[in-house]
Amino acid sequence: MSMNSQGRPTTPSAPSAQPAIETVSGSRGLQQREDLIFETGSTTKTGVDLPAPKGGMDRLGGVTRKKSVGLPGLSEPEAVRHYVRLSQQNYAIDLGLFPLGSCTMKHNPRLNEKVARMPGFADIHPLQPQSTVQGALELIDELATWLKTLTGMPAVAMSPKAGAHGEFCGMMAIRGALIARGEIETRTRVLVPASAHGTNPATAVQCGFKVDEIKADARGRVDMDDFKSKLEGSDDIAGIMLTNPNTCGLFETDIREIADLIHQAGGYFYCDGANFNAIVGRVRPGDLGVDAMHINLHKTFSTPHGGGGPGAGPTVLSEALADFAPVPFVVEEDGVFHLVEQRSGEGSDAFGRLCAFHGQMGMFTRALAYMLSHGADGLKQAAEDAVLNANYLQSRLKTVMTPAFDGYCMHEALFSDAFTAEGIETLDIAKAMIDEGYHPMTMYFPLVVHGAMLIEPTETESKAELDRFCESLLSIAEKAKAGDQSLKSAPYLAPKRRLDETQAARKPELRWSEPDKIAAE
Amino acid sequence: MRYLPLTPEDRKEMLATIGAASVDEFYTDVPEAARLGGKITGLPDHQGELAVERHMGALAAKNRTASEGPFFVGCGAYKHHVPATVDHIIQRSEFLTTYTPYQPEIAQGTLQSLFEFQSQVAALTAMEVANASMYDGSTACAEAAVMACRVTRRQKVVLSGGLHPHYAAATRTVCEAQGIEIVQLAPGVDDELALVDAVDDETACVIGQSPNVFGTVTDLTPVADAAHEKKALLVSVFTEAVALGMTMPPGEMGADIAVGEGQSIGNPLNFGGPYVGLFACSKKLMRQMPGRLCGETVDADGNRGFVLTLSTREQHIRRDKATSNICTNAGLCTLAFTAHMTLLGEKGLGHLAQLNHEAACMLADALEGVPGVELLTPRFFNEFAFRIPGDAGDVLEKLDGLGVVGGVRASRLYPGKGLDDVIIAAATECTSEADIKAYADALATVLS
Repeated sequence: MSMNSQGRPTTPSAPSAQPAIETVSGSRGLQQREDLIFETGSTTKTGVDLPAPKGGMDRLGGVTRKKSVGLPGLSEPEAVRHYVRLSQQNYAIDLGLFPLGSCTMKHNPRLNEKVARMPGFADIHPLQPQSTVQGALELIDELATWLKTLTGMPAVAMSPKAGAHGEFCGMMAIRGALIARGEIETRTRVLVPASAHGTNPATAVQCGFKVDEIKADARGRVDMDDFKSKLEGSDDIAGIMLTNPNTCGLFETDIREIADLIHQAGGYFYCDGANFNAIVGRVRPGDLGVDAMHINLHKTFSTPHGGGGPGAGPTVLSEALADFAPVPFVVEEDGVFHLVEQRSGEGSDAFGRLCAFHGQMGMFTRALAYMLSHGADGLKQAAEDAVLNANYLQSRLKTVMTPAFDGYCMHEALFSDAFTAEGIETLDIAKAMIDEGYHPMTMYFPLVVHGAMLIEPTETESKAELDRFCESLLSIAEKAKAGDQSLKSAPYLAPKRRLDETQAARKPELRWSEPDKIAAE
Repeated sequence: MRYLPLTPEDRKEMLATIGAASVDEFYTDVPEAARLGGKITGLPDHQGELAVERHMGALAAKNRTASEGPFFVGCGAYKHHVPATVDHIIQRSEFLTTYTPYQPEIAQGTLQSLFEFQSQVAALTAMEVANASMYDGSTACAEAAVMACRVTRRQKVVLSGGLHPHYAAATRTVCEAQGIEIVQLAPGVDDELALVDAVDDETACVIGQSPNVFGTVTDLTPVADAAHEKKALLVSVFTEAVALGMTMPPGEMGADIAVGEGQSIGNPLNFGGPYVGLFACSKKLMRQMPGRLCGETVDADGNRGFVLTLSTREQHIRRDKATSNICTNAGLCTLAFTAHMTLLGEKGLGHLAQLNHEAACMLADALEGVPGVELLTPRFFNEFAFRIPGDAGDVLEKLDGLGVVGGVRASRLYPGKGLDDVIIAAATECTSEADIKAYADALATVLS
């Protein structure tokens, strides 16, 4: 019998395997079973108290709802319990290291949440008179100044609502520039490395371009021979979409040459800024020949990921593209801020509007609070610590795991599945990490590395946490190397076992339906 | 630097483990000319929490909030009361600080709430299926247009004269890049049914809105019938989700795709974002939908669970052949929406809708009593347009001087379209009878 630190006995002679304990409730200790609101709620129940309607007023002209909505309600205590119980089935940064490569899951400061909720920001309407929102416009202008200064770029479009939306913004600016040059019909080809995020090729096509894939070389960078051969004698190049640092976690060593060659070929350089966190304060994309780059405020500048958004993707633009920015934008004149919502005159260069209103204000407030907290000195230190943490992980993990490429990495370490025994896959390692209490790394991305495992610790992890993580992952890697078949069924300890994704896709159930209705179908 | 856990000793020790002399060694791949020596100039150094809070507070104090006094601005974003519970729930660490649920075994909280969200949106719009959200209503509208072109293999989209001009502009941006022709009908307060005559054999979809940007509610059934006769689709748009608690929803009008803004449920005004785009459609179009979808399945023990599904539509699998480039959506705003909707339930939603409608009816009665005011919107939910003698911008500025934020001048949304004397005003459950009286009194003063 072992004792805990308070001298009390811990579980006496516990069997090594988990006993299969069945509970009547379906709950398992702190893991509470929670049914759907459609099963527990009722259309006659509500968790809000509203004043009684006066009645007798109707100016709808008969355009009324004919059938009932079918929405269940819960009282406030039931609703709180429902969501808190659900929350306990989620992993989160606040629980532990969240090493999803390319996602930059760093700590989300609570000060940001506090300032975003100041009524002066949260309770103002996008269409109220501009004289009544001078502080909001000033904030957008101040954030824009930070972004322009950190990137060394002269202009920024603030309205893109996420990274992919920023890509769309940048590529539309390139499209606008090509239209102005009278070359939109001929310049249709966009070069995209094979290692790119899926959003890059999807965006290029959405902007009316054709995608031409460039190979990666043995060093995980753009294959310069392949790149040059694609430019040779061409007059149809619109541009290149390149992530830097790239999705292998490496700085593109030939980036200046790539920029020069693409410009000489008459194209523009779009840089995917998803990995900007690695280089803030050390390198300015403007010095690399970049024409457009989105910045994920929800990665580099700590706004919360919220289970898949909302994000924000302001897009910095070079001199060559600045005139092709979308509306609206903020300009300052004698201390007064104006929101320009329409470009004046015919033949204006702007491509129009990306979305309603002016962008993700709630993310702007958070990002600015983060920047002010870190300052120029802290942002640089953060980038360096992010890169240091990743290299520390790489150097410890490579004792068992196979690094995809030689040399130092930037902010994320990439491994292939070469070290695993026959039959053990990246997926099995990822799922085993869940049992160790960690969120898995990014799996099977980038596509250029077999069984890729992309690990990004970020700068907000302590050395002690990194060491614990390494011990866990190394023990799993040893098992994978030895061909331990128990990995195939992991996770064992999570709220759910492996889920059947094939069944979900074969017969999609995307909403709740009455049980008898399902039977009838 | 409170967000950085590494100590100078940690850094030294870690560099030794790695075998590097300094972090500079990690940056040797950077072209020498682009390496920054010191720190970037022109930006302040790090500050404590108190200093940052003061700076942000000073900026916030320069804005007039919607709660400060009589406030009637709508047109796509609405001042509603959000229960305290909602903000508490979305600040739970496990929801706030997690990622897109790629690992379903440890993301059931997010996934089940998304499944419930999709079910609620489908019910609210009276459509068969809904996705896990888009960025906002306007981008959802643009994606619907592109989806309709994909489904029908046609390249023409017709926009009604009552579609929110920002939605029309966002849709035009996306469509023009893909060679899709846009036909924009002239602005009209009550012209949604003009879509009936605008649909032809080349039309992929017609896009109508109810309530429209002027507040007019319209039964779009004749538009759906006309569209279907030409094998085109009806995309039905709404910017005020609360309206669907009592007005005819897209599904009852025969819409093929329903898109709208969900901000009104659970989300504050936030000066325009982040909001939450709602996207629903018929089941047969399901596999052509953009965005994330959450579906039900079972785990290895046979227990019910939820996963992201039909991902072969999406950019991370399909790359250049994806239905959309969307990756991040409106995760936490969907949670706010679904939590608020769960608190409301059908009963609360109907009640809330009625309070909104009554507030607008009382506002209309009061303003119609002001000499010179002409109500333009014939049928409305919680928002309407009216004409005043004089320039709407001047009148709104004078109202502001009297403490009333009176609405949106139509010319801000439609510059140069002869709507300089039109104001669009909204009322919600937050609008008190005193607010309404203050508006009518102030308007009478300004116009006299």
